[in-house]
Amino acid sequence: MAESETIAAPTPAHEAQMQASLIDYLLYLGDSNLILSHRLSEWCGHGPVLEEDIALTNIALDLIGQARLLLACAGEMEGQGRTEDTLAYKRDVTEFRNLLLVEEPNGDFAVTITRQFLFSAWGYELFSWLTHSKDAGLAAIAAKSLKEVTYHRRHAGEWMIRLGDGTAESKTRVQAALDDLWIFTDEMFQGLPSDAALIDAGIIPDPDSLRPGWDAMVDRVLVEAMLSKPAPDFRRDGGRLGRHSEALGFILADMQFLPRAYPDASW
Amino acid sequence: MSDSASEWPLWEVFVRSRQGLSHKHVGSLHAPDAEMAIQNARDVYTRRQEGRSLWVVRSTDIVASSPDETGELFDPANDKVYRHPTFYPVPDAVENM
Repeated sequence: MAESETIAAPTPAHEAQMQASLIDYLLYLGDSNLILSHRLSEWCGHGPVLEEDIALTNIALDLIGQARLLLACAGEMEGQGRTEDTLAYKRDVTEFRNLLLVEEPNGDFAVTITRQFLFSAWGYELFSWLTHSKDAGLAAIAAKSLKEVTYHRRHAGEWMIRLGDGTAESKTRVQAALDDLWIFTDEMFQGLPSDAALIDAGIIPDPDSLRPGWDAMVDRVLVEAMLSKPAPDFRRDGGRLGRHSEALGFILADMQFLPRAYPDASW
Repeated sequence: MSDSASEWPLWEVFVRSRQGLSHKHVGSLHAPDAEMAIQNARDVYTRRQEGRSLWVVRSTDIVASSPDETGELFDPANDKVYRHPTFYPVPDAVENM
């Protein structure tokens, strides 16, 4: 490689490309938190017991707090006047970048807990890495979020163990949930070609590097829960490219109705 | 809320506040075991930064005095005012008593 290439300063075009990639990444994380938060909020008033009702809505509040920070950061970086509210309430299905896992319906309590555990175990690895990101804004958001995600992982993990090692019915249900949701887990460890420059710059992690930590945590909990690790022969992905299941349309119809019907509504 | 909740044991929750020196009873909740009781206590009783430390105790493990015994247990202290340190002047040098 010629020396001039190795020491070439970033061009303005290159920097603009990096920024566009980072905005896309922030939307990916922000949307994933936002949609999962909305899913958990659907449990409000319907929890299996009062204590768990409060726990799930607490987690929903943590996630929406993280989503706000990430989306606000994306909007600010974009510089076109879009706020976290504009991004949350004025985009359509194909513009959402969230993981397919988080838009999956709540199902029974076992499905909700399994989805949360798989997601929070990933979030823990991701935010642990991001606290050292070269992007100061992202590192600050990660530092705040990590404490919350650590608790979410603990809460869901303890439930996985109790459901798996509980009654015959709870075991059947949580194993079924695991089998159903496992096909969405590969997507968490995939990246886009546009991520490469951000990874090289130390701004975001190589997604595949998060897998060993995630595997270790999931394996430990599944063993203690006496659940078997699924090995499906196909996988689902594409959420980050805007290819979503029909579920997301229903979520947005519910979530976006009010600001779209009454654009100036405030409270 | 399902009937299974009533099968979970009851736990009493004690919270030590940020500046507090001792844990204070704040209420109770249901949970299947001690670990989940701590988690539930965190979610139910410390949502507004109330605490820095939590204790949970199975309600059945608490031994309480009987309301019927209130008289014999506590009334005799009524007429022994000399047990209260109210007859001593506090020296100025003592700032906190």
